[in-house]
Amino acid sequence: MTASASVPDRKPFDSLSVIVATDCGSTTTKAILIEKKDGIYRQTFRGEAPTTVEAPFEDVTRGVLNALAEVEELSGRKILDGEKIITPAGAGGNPKAGVDIYVSTSSAGGGLQMMVAGAVQSMTGESAQRCALGAGAIVMDVLASNDGRLPHEKIERIRSLRPDMILLSGGTDGGTVTHVVEMADYIAAAAPRPRLGMSYDLPLIYAGNKDARERVTDILGTKTALTVTDNIRPLLEKENLTPARNKIHDLFLEHVMAQAPGYKKLMSWAGAPIVPTPAAVGFIMEALATRDKINLIGVDIGGATTDVFSVFGGIFNRTVSANLGMSYSISNVLAEAGLANIMRWVPFNVDEQTIRNRIKNKMIRPTTIPQTLDELQIEQAIAREALRLALIHHKSLATGLKGVQQERTISDIFDQKTSGATLIDMLKLDLIVGSGGILSHAPRRVQSMLMMVDAYEPLGFTTLSVDSIFMMPHLGVLSTINEKAATEVFVNDCLVYLGTCIAPIGQGINGQTCADYVVTFQSGQTSVQGTLAFGELKLIALGNTERATVTMRPVKSVDLGEGKGVAVTKNVRGGAVGLLLDGRGRPLQLPTDATARVKAVTRWNRAVGLYPTTDHS
Amino acid sequence: MTERTTVRKRRLLPIPGTVAVTAGDRVKPDSVVAHAELPGKVHSINVANLLGAAPDEVPEYMHHKQGEVVQKNDVIAENKPFIKLLKTVVRSPVQGTVEAVSTVTGQVLLREPPRRLELLAYVEGHVTDVLPQHGIIVETDCTLVQGIFGVGGETWGELTMAVQSPDELLTADHLMPAMAGQIVVGGSFVTADTLGKAKALGVAALVVGGMHDKDLRTLLRYDLGVAITGTEQIGFTLILTEGFGTIPMAAKTFALLSKHAGQNASVSGATQIRAGVIRPELIIPASQQSAAASARPKAEREGIVVGDQVRVIRDPLFGRIGTVSDLPPDLRQIETESRVRVLEVTFADNTRAVIPRANVEIIEG
Repeated sequence: MTASASVPDRKPFDSLSVIVATDCGSTTTKAILIEKKDGIYRQTFRGEAPTTVEAPFEDVTRGVLNALAEVEELSGRKILDGEKIITPAGAGGNPKAGVDIYVSTSSAGGGLQMMVAGAVQSMTGESAQRCALGAGAIVMDVLASNDGRLPHEKIERIRSLRPDMILLSGGTDGGTVTHVVEMADYIAAAAPRPRLGMSYDLPLIYAGNKDARERVTDILGTKTALTVTDNIRPLLEKENLTPARNKIHDLFLEHVMAQAPGYKKLMSWAGAPIVPTPAAVGFIMEALATRDKINLIGVDIGGATTDVFSVFGGIFNRTVSANLGMSYSISNVLAEAGLANIMRWVPFNVDEQTIRNRIKNKMIRPTTIPQTLDELQIEQAIAREALRLALIHHKSLATGLKGVQQERTISDIFDQKTSGATLIDMLKLDLIVGSGGILSHAPRRVQSMLMMVDAYEPLGFTTLSVDSIFMMPHLGVLSTINEKAATEVFVNDCLVYLGTCIAPIGQGINGQTCADYVVTFQSGQTSVQGTLAFGELKLIALGNTERATVTMRPVKSVDLGEGKGVAVTKNVRGGAVGLLLDGRGRPLQLPTDATARVKAVTRWNRAVGLYPTTDHS
Repeated sequence: MTERTTVRKRRLLPIPGTVAVTAGDRVKPDSVVAHAELPGKVHSINVANLLGAAPDEVPEYMHHKQGEVVQKNDVIAENKPFIKLLKTVVRSPVQGTVEAVSTVTGQVLLREPPRRLELLAYVEGHVTDVLPQHGIIVETDCTLVQGIFGVGGETWGELTMAVQSPDELLTADHLMPAMAGQIVVGGSFVTADTLGKAKALGVAALVVGGMHDKDLRTLLRYDLGVAITGTEQIGFTLILTEGFGTIPMAAKTFALLSKHAGQNASVSGATQIRAGVIRPELIIPASQQSAAASARPKAEREGIVVGDQVRVIRDPLFGRIGTVSDLPPDLRQIETESRVRVLEVTFADNTRAVIPRANVEIIEG
């Protein structure tokens, strides 16, 4: 697979010294100011205002101007001249006036909503889905010849969805044209209308078998705004997503954005193309993985959706779990995870009716915040489940290509490997980046760290971090024109390292030895050594800029990545939390008995100082 | 909640059609204001497979060309074998037109005749704007009550009070056969058996303070994950004014609804709690005489101020109503250790509590 976030052509924007960037979200428009000081780019001020895409304003630029006005007020820099952004910095001889460039991302109005279609669901259907997701879209449905729906059901579905755009793929180049023509017929019969307005044709990208282009053009050329591009699956064993992703971004600007209120004006202000918010986050994730040569998972848990990004072996993937979130979709987390899975993380017992009513009340009043410790603990329990489910979803789509014949050796036969296995290997994972209010704004950083550790169950040695104020979208779009500026701000102001989690793989009886450890600090501080028991969580202080060498000597049934019983030594980084030794076993199993579970969770919480001490923390 | 306001409703067709009224017309909730022809259902028949023919041979076996009308059971295609016994015919399963004949897939698409879709006015008022082919804007001077959550679509009927006070439970015994087709107002809570009886009696809508989530699940037959509602087919429309649990309806809301008992009203349970928030609503049109005299725009307010009446919308004091007695400007640390903007609320019993500002809502009216 050659999937990669499509980064527009770089331009020589090296001389920028003052940059203002916005992210126009569904509810809030967030602005940041970036200034070059002593040769280093730093994020200096931020402002925010409600997004104004919808009535009564119906002009996205109102919210942008309000957010920029707040940045102006805080920074003392004059950015606006009426309703215009002053460029360049230092305009009129005033060093405290103007900016060199304005850039923006957008997910306002529900973001980019797409429907994709392929011939075979697990092949071109999945490739089309990966393509649209990687371009920052929400995939409303995946249609395929073999999706189990009858033709009229497919047609009704296409008609009722009203997406912003359709991506039609199907067939390898030179292969059969039947299935993709069939899908084109269904789309033509449905005559789908775009979501925003009735006065223009729905953009449709054809990226399937090149031999079917003529037929598809005959069928859809007059009924949709058809764009033809390279096949996303030219060969069974090759995926080529970049041309179609670039087309999605082009059409996003030309058709979708141009229909959204105020966007024509916004585009005229921007010094670089406006990018869908999740696509911008993908740019920065990919840049980080490439720069540090690491495998990473990034997550953005929002009110309505949870986005998961991964880069493994240089392959980028993104998924959106459209109805897993902490406010609008909180009730759906309960529906999907089940109450028992949520309650297993809560260090007290509460009756089902009370907790169900509380979750529904959060859904209908999504801007409320936990006021008591109980409420905070319940929300963080729900977050664990939302994160867990979103990663399961991501693993199912971030896979190798399915349907590809593989050369097999004798050992492969014993291994039972099949094509299309997930690319997400938790043992090879180097870094987890968490983002979203529940992770970025948790009262204690250790809460963010343990939420991610409990949800993801990292194996072996894994570094964890959070985005400080959700500026990854801004930095992602900035990276398309000035990667140095984006990277410097990302490292210095955006990413907050929490520390490293060391989690041995295996299970044993609580209290018995899991591994012996020696931590040697690079600062010269006296080394620490001890024994990690099964069922134990230990936190060792290791500051933000500190590193240490850790040697783990597991018992013979336990693996730390090099085989059972094999000692492992690694250099680890500290952070706002430190070094977390997790002896709870992998897979993580919690006691099933309610009293024992509450006791165990309470013990773990106390061991790492998760909450202020109360009766049931 | 607004005692007197002007509501403008955009009534739009899902696809272009014909507008049936003109600007200035008075309309009632059940007036047809526009209509459109919804394209008929499409049926696909794999004629090539059925005839044992190659896809590119299908056109020569067809009895009807693309665009032609067919009746149910009409022969639409037949093959021409040497031996007559082996002849196969393909009949149309529906009345409609031949939409497409594919020489690649061998499929024939048949489309049923269009269905007429009628768009109703939903509220009583007058037409202020006609949006050609798309719909109208209807304006009404009215009393408007917004709920917090609802299920079920648009309906209308006479407003009737089933309980005496806002903290009274709405039980099955409160519902009478005469309430069929009416909008019934309860107090703090609706029980599961009341919901069942409302459906059996044919009540148009229920408006109450709260209910249990488990009863909503039983009513819908699924666990509602995301609050996007309005299309449920549950036999009536249900509006919660406060939330989930037993929560007395705000006294002002209850008093306002009581005042208008006996009048006709329109209700919608449609709720959408995302960008572009839609809350369920109850609209009571004013009589024409009083409307001309007293419809006035609502004054814009600038945030929360000391003296405002507020409702707490999050545990541990969920549902309690009090008055804002202090608005500290600085961030304060709360029990969770978060530093947030807070306010102090004084309740009727003179007790006070410091509450995050995000966890209260102003009671207007």
